[in-house]
Amino acid sequence: MRIEKRLHDSKVMLYASPLLALLLTLLSGALMFALLGRAPLHSLYIFFIAPVSELYGLSELVVKVTPLLLCAIGLTLCFKAKIWNIGAEGQFVFAAMIGGAVSLQLSESQGFWVLPTVIISGALAGMAWAAIAALLLTRFGANEILTTIMLNYIAVNLLLWGVHGPLKDPNGMNFPESALFAAQTMLPVLFDDYRVTIAILIALFMLVVIWVLLGRTLLGFQLRVMGENHNAARFAGFKSNALIWFVLLFSGAMAGLAAVSEINGPVGQLIPTLSLGYGYAAIIVVFMGRMHPLGILLASFLLGLTYLGGEMSQMELELPKSITGLFQGMLLFYLLACDLLIGYRVVFSNRTLGKHPAIAAAVSTPPVSQ
Amino acid sequence: MDIHLLENVLFAMVRTGTPLLLVALGAMMSERAGVLNLGQEGMILVGAVCGFIVAYTSHNMGFGILAGVIGGALVSLLFGFIALTLIANQVATGLALTIFGTGLSAFVGAGYVGQSLIGLAPLEIPLLSKIPLIGKALFAQDILVYLAFVLFAGIFVVMRYTRWGLIIRAVGENPEVAHALGYKVLLVRYCAIMFGGAMAGLAGVYLSLAYTPMWSEGIAAGRGWIALALVVFASWRTERILLGAWLFGFASILHLLLQGYGYEISPNLLAMLPYIVTILVLVMMMTRKQGQGNFAPRSLGQPYYPQR
Repeated sequence: MRIEKRLHDSKVMLYASPLLALLLTLLSGALMFALLGRAPLHSLYIFFIAPVSELYGLSELVVKVTPLLLCAIGLTLCFKAKIWNIGAEGQFVFAAMIGGAVSLQLSESQGFWVLPTVIISGALAGMAWAAIAALLLTRFGANEILTTIMLNYIAVNLLLWGVHGPLKDPNGMNFPESALFAAQTMLPVLFDDYRVTIAILIALFMLVVIWVLLGRTLLGFQLRVMGENHNAARFAGFKSNALIWFVLLFSGAMAGLAAVSEINGPVGQLIPTLSLGYGYAAIIVVFMGRMHPLGILLASFLLGLTYLGGEMSQMELELPKSITGLFQGMLLFYLLACDLLIGYRVVFSNRTLGKHPAIAAAVSTPPVSQ
Repeated sequence: MDIHLLENVLFAMVRTGTPLLLVALGAMMSERAGVLNLGQEGMILVGAVCGFIVAYTSHNMGFGILAGVIGGALVSLLFGFIALTLIANQVATGLALTIFGTGLSAFVGAGYVGQSLIGLAPLEIPLLSKIPLIGKALFAQDILVYLAFVLFAGIFVVMRYTRWGLIIRAVGENPEVAHALGYKVLLVRYCAIMFGGAMAGLAGVYLSLAYTPMWSEGIAAGRGWIALALVVFASWRTERILLGAWLFGFASILHLLLQGYGYEISPNLLAMLPYIVTILVLVMMMTRKQGQGNFAPRSLGQPYYPQR
């Protein structure tokens, strides 16, 4: 058995690979549950189906999808241009802190402008955090993977400082949490009794925006060219620095919106463990979704489900909630493994040139003597 | 300055720099062979949790250390298989390893959070540890710190003076030529990756058995990433990695000094220092590099599939 390069990348495998990866993850999950002494099929049911078997569960899935999708929308542009922004997490956390501070400031204010101010401040804060990485990359050429990761850790520590210090609820019995946000700073829910807010509509709108942007505009074309070949982009006269700034600021804004969707939505205050790793999970969403808007929409539902599944497994199977991260890691690993089949095919017979019957016969036949 | 304070600062600097030294040495070896493994953080965490669980249940530090090293090496094999045999993008595969390792270690270690054990005791080397100023820092540490020194010396010699070092570098600089000369590129790269995994595992063990003898989720706290930056900072040179690790160790314990002088700063703000220093160092390297060309191994991060 060996692999050989395909003449052209396989379109079928491009879309089949995520499904194959999901299948392999399910199989590995079943095996893992069995090893842990749980009934495999029942456990898979608890993880992947039970959380969304009721309407409320489905609405909770949308609650999880919202920040994931927003982060993934931003990352899609970055990854298209091969700018490895791993910093959605930090942009999210920093934006949450600033958005939260603004929300607390406006707790006494009334008026139609309050909520837009909160939303815009979150988006701007996300952009500001991403701008640091953009500056470091364009001005100094500092590797964006490392700088964005470092900025993630810095943001988390800033948030910890905030909730232990200036943003702490003065009447909160010294817990490291902010006061609850006032009603006028909260995103309106779409339906009574459910936690889904208008943020999902913003996310869907932005999804359409990048769909148009990637498919129908010169900018989208430039991003693709830059992703495929930095030199070609430079040769064609694209200002690659301007593009780097654009994708990073855009993705910072999206992560900022994601943060607002969380803190001014289901959470309602600042807490130390705000992000459940949405910024990292969104990376998997982008890869699983093949950097296509429709794909990342589907993938964000799958990744959102891993969070609900983790909570459900904790309650029903008495397994740690961190099983979520395990499933996320497996998904990405299997996806990358299956992606081999896009560019290569597996050949099962071990024919090589010399062993091919016709050639072997030709080689072994003694030449006719002259 | 008070000599005792300075001695203690140097002692803490070496201690804090040790996990960074171990990870960075391992990362450098795999990068010298042309493999960019961004999964360091995940491998540290897996090593840390394996080491802690085994040491905690067996009451044997030796078993714990061994388990952490093996755990790190095994999980790096996942990266190796996908990035080398299945020719996947190394950046994405490394990220996957970090996400997977973070999840796996949190899952496996969930039952051990809050447990603690008696950490590795320091072994004072007679006479040497009494040298003023540096004696305590270099000769009154625990066994893993000494092991890190030995590994450092070993890697220095291997990379500089031996045929193995040459082969590793050839594979990293130009895999086609190395292949044509008859070296097994993928085998060398697999070995380099597993060595890196073992080193990261050892760093993890150091964290969970010596530095803070306990297990907590995300105990690596970005050290895997800092170590990757450290390799860039050191221009892939062994001796500079030692200096870099101590520099970062110093940045991480700066708060001790500040407290010693009576400054009151939030511990959360001080915790940012190593990450800020990392960014500054990256910027510094990049501005300096522009005149001198690139030090990175030429095939770093590029997949290689031998044509038969």
